[in-house]
Amino acid sequence: MFLINCPYCGERDQQEFKAGGEAHIERPKQPTELSDDEWAEYLFMRKNIKGVQFERWNHAHGCRKWFNMVRDTSNDEIKAIYKMGEKPPSQ
Amino acid sequence: MTKNLRVKSSEYIDETNRISFKFNGKKYHGFKGDTLASALLANDIHLVGRSFKYHRPRGIMTSGSEEPNAIVQINPGTNRTEPNVRATEVEIYEGLEASSQNCWPSVEFDIGGINNFLSPFLPAGFYYKTFMWPASFWEKYEFFIRHSAGLGKSPTSSDPDIYDHRNVHCDVLVIGAGISGILAAKNAAKNNFKTLLVDEKNELGGSTIFENTDFNKIDNKTPSEWLKKEIEELKSIKNLEIKTRTSIAAYHQYNYLLARENLTDHLETKNKTNKVRQRLLKIRAKKVILATGALERPLIFNNNDRPGIMLSSAVKKYSEFYGVACGNKNVFFTNNDSAYESALSLYNKGITVAAIIDIRDQSKSKIVKKVEEAGIKIYWSHSIVDTAGYKRLKKVTIMKLSNDGTSVTGSKVSISCDCLGVAGGWTPAVHLYTQSGSKLKFDDEKNVFLPNQNTPEQISVGSCSGDFKIDEIIKNLDQKLKDTLNIKETGLDNIKVEIDQESSKRNIWLLPSDKPLGKTKPFVDYQNDATAKDIKLALREGFRSIEHVKRYTTTGMGTDQGKLGNMHALGIIADTAGVKMGELGTTTFRPPYTPLTFGAIVGRNVGEFFDVFRRTPMNDWHVQNKAEFENVGQWKRAWYYPVNGETMHQAVQRESKAARESAGILDASTLGKIDIQGSDASEFLNRVYTNAWSKLGIGKCRYGLMLNEDGMVYDDGVTTRLGENHYIMTTTTGGAANVLGKLEDYLQTEWPELDVYLTSVTDHYATASLCGPNSKKILKKIIPDLDLSDENFPHMSFKEANIGHIQCRIMRISFTGEQSYEINVQASYGKDLWEKCIEAGQEFNITPYGTETMHLLRAEKGFIIVGQDTDGTMTPIDLQMDWIVSKKKYDFIGKRSLYRSDTMREDRKQLVGLLTDDPKIVLEEGAQIVSELNQSPVEMLGHVTSSYFSPNLNKSIALAVVRGGKDMMGKKLFVPMENKNINVTVANPVFYDAKNERLNA
Repeated sequence: MFLINCPYCGERDQQEFKAGGEAHIERPKQPTELSDDEWAEYLFMRKNIKGVQFERWNHAHGCRKWFNMVRDTSNDEIKAIYKMGEKPPSQ
Repeated sequence: MTKNLRVKSSEYIDETNRISFKFNGKKYHGFKGDTLASALLANDIHLVGRSFKYHRPRGIMTSGSEEPNAIVQINPGTNRTEPNVRATEVEIYEGLEASSQNCWPSVEFDIGGINNFLSPFLPAGFYYKTFMWPASFWEKYEFFIRHSAGLGKSPTSSDPDIYDHRNVHCDVLVIGAGISGILAAKNAAKNNFKTLLVDEKNELGGSTIFENTDFNKIDNKTPSEWLKKEIEELKSIKNLEIKTRTSIAAYHQYNYLLARENLTDHLETKNKTNKVRQRLLKIRAKKVILATGALERPLIFNNNDRPGIMLSSAVKKYSEFYGVACGNKNVFFTNNDSAYESALSLYNKGITVAAIIDIRDQSKSKIVKKVEEAGIKIYWSHSIVDTAGYKRLKKVTIMKLSNDGTSVTGSKVSISCDCLGVAGGWTPAVHLYTQSGSKLKFDDEKNVFLPNQNTPEQISVGSCSGDFKIDEIIKNLDQKLKDTLNIKETGLDNIKVEIDQESSKRNIWLLPSDKPLGKTKPFVDYQNDATAKDIKLALREGFRSIEHVKRYTTTGMGTDQGKLGNMHALGIIADTAGVKMGELGTTTFRPPYTPLTFGAIVGRNVGEFFDVFRRTPMNDWHVQNKAEFENVGQWKRAWYYPVNGETMHQAVQRESKAARESAGILDASTLGKIDIQGSDASEFLNRVYTNAWSKLGIGKCRYGLMLNEDGMVYDDGVTTRLGENHYIMTTTTGGAANVLGKLEDYLQTEWPELDVYLTSVTDHYATASLCGPNSKKILKKIIPDLDLSDENFPHMSFKEANIGHIQCRIMRISFTGEQSYEINVQASYGKDLWEKCIEAGQEFNITPYGTETMHLLRAEKGFIIVGQDTDGTMTPIDLQMDWIVSKKKYDFIGKRSLYRSDTMREDRKQLVGLLTDDPKIVLEEGAQIVSELNQSPVEMLGHVTSSYFSPNLNKSIALAVVRGGKDMMGKKLFVPMENKNINVTVANPVFYDAKNERLNA
């Protein structure tokens, strides 16, 4: 059970949060211009890394804010947490 | 006759407080302070159970939570009965009853004991190999296997006890109150860390507390004397909370631990009532200090499982701590010095120690000399090759061990005895350490797996970290505490420790016998009856992974998780396969460390508190009017209102007719409501719904369909424009929370530039939906001054009005096809509003209807229910709702996916109406649809999603999804059922009032 440092509320138990999958996948600005393959790339393809992964999390049972997390999926170490729109920390 | 083996009064046993208890129906006595195990041993009872597979008689083996054999049923036949309880952990109380498990008719004479003689035919994997064929017979086999196996019996009536949960936050959690734990907790608390010290036992002090020999001294005192003083000091330290009878069950990441605190299990039954029995502690600790100690391991030799064969350390604890002799004539079998301590403990109390058998060729320590001086015979370089005695050990047979330890030589010597203490060295209790996700390393010298790392958040101290001697423990603890707690002084460096122990050990995982392995029974896992032979067989059959060998032989898979024998299993595998222990790794230790009760896990969340229920403000009225309820998400919704003993069908038919012929009223308070405000609110709705919103006038309502980015229908509902920048969106009852979450997601992460604010107001409003041709008249009675003309208040529009002093929002929208008004008021006025409507509707025979009638009415109109007629694979095009998908809008969520090759296929499943050729037959929802009856296998075209008997049309109607159904209008299809085939015809899904004439009637 992680202890997650919500950038708006501070440290809270994992059960207050919802994981939202891989981060930094921007919704295409002009979806209609994309081929089926390009759209599928955005829609379906995710990296699912074993190791350091950039993820979206939501403080669903708290402030309801979304934020980003850098997590090592092999040992669940949370390496960084930063707000939406902020640049990811360099590795 | 029962015997009394109480040897010497112990300060932990209160001999003035005599307690009677029953074991297997017979009455015995013990004293306050006894465990069930110590009390039974004092009555000379070793045989307490039968083994799992061979039903061999088994006795008490240990004195702690690692006990594999002495598992009993507590208070059998009562509602407090508990199976699989370790007798070594049960504190006795007046009136306690316990019985043996896994035996029939009794532990003394057990029919299943025949398995022991059949054992050559019951090798590892016997069940897997034998009951494979024919596959269809498994259910029959299973019946017998389940009955012949199985441990205790679960209670059949509800648990009378109260359980609780508590969240605990601390700076330092110390697990284990042995010498290391006590010193660690003391230092942590004294340095102003908020500290919690837990121990599974009821007394602090671990094994040091009964360390009374004068071979080891701390500050010139015996270890037990010295530690008692330390414990006394603990009590006056602030910041320190001590919890005894508290066992850590699980150690999760980020120092999140679960512990079970036992509060009433040791009390008499009459004192248990109205108290919390067990409390599950959910602990979040900044730092965890593991001081979980070490478990003594047995030795693996032929017939090493008879009642009377125990761990040497347990023999010592029963003698020193409980004042009980485990036998009249004792023998020890060892590979290290610890058995000599046990032997001396017995000797000093005048109990006979017949011999010590040591597989080493010598030891020079003082304690060994002392034993020799006492005249106890020591057999060096000898091993036990066999034991005798069916229900109680009678003798052991020994032979000389060869130099390489792989065989025995010379002649046999038999030694009669009734108790054998076995000492195979110590295994650090690293279970919790590994649960936390940390890795182990193998120490070749000590032959143990040790914690590989200490982190700023977690350290292992004492014998669980491989420090077995008191001087080592204190020296290393000093440094570890300074590093971890970041403190300068511990006071530990001034402690003077004198010890005399030799750590020499000769490790042989599987001891040889004069008989071939196949003819012997060296048990590795006592509870599951896995022998060294089974492990070797598994290796011969090609198993290599330790996890596979574990499952195939069931080694370590009992309720004790193989706490005693796992190391030997690994050792035997390593020796046989010729690999190193370190390369082999260990099997996974899983939570809970010891079994947890379901009660502790669920805590107070039982009965009506099992799940959260949401009830509408009108709920009391529904209850008073005998509504039946259904669960919709967390909501309790009125399902139908039977009168005069109506069946559900009768009630729904009546309600449905009434709603169309005169007036009906529905509690729609559960619909999700999201308040949307901000200067970009219209643009936001444009992006999240498939249709256009910019031109919706203020005071108007519009139905919207929301898709996922993959183009599939996600939710639907009516949204009303309350003002220039203010909307109220309704969602499905079950989808409300997810829709809000999804909208927030897009707002915060994709479109942060939009000025939009979302607020969930579901619980703020109560909604009554008035429906039917007389609904307008009823509303007029309630709000006489509101102009309800179709010109002023047309379909799909909104008005604010007052009912007396109650402000309300009224939407003229319809989910039934009838003229309807949804009246929203502040939740606290909900029941008042409802009663006013009912009262005003009396003259029109207003009929309250529930969700079932609502479903029927909307099905007559072909309106979908998201989640019933859709399943996450339906696009609006599949639903034949092309009209709601804007062609003009450049983008909305899911738009691009509607043009993917897959979503544009013509042969996708599409929503259609179905009419049965026989109008009386009502299809089953979920029934399959085919076009051919004489083909096998036949292609499934789709399934029925909604089906009702329509009282207004007087025929059966259904909605279905059918592959290519859009172009099948009028086509004959079949719904094959178990006993009949139903002929159906594809129809328009709008069955009733296709021209929507009733909305303005």
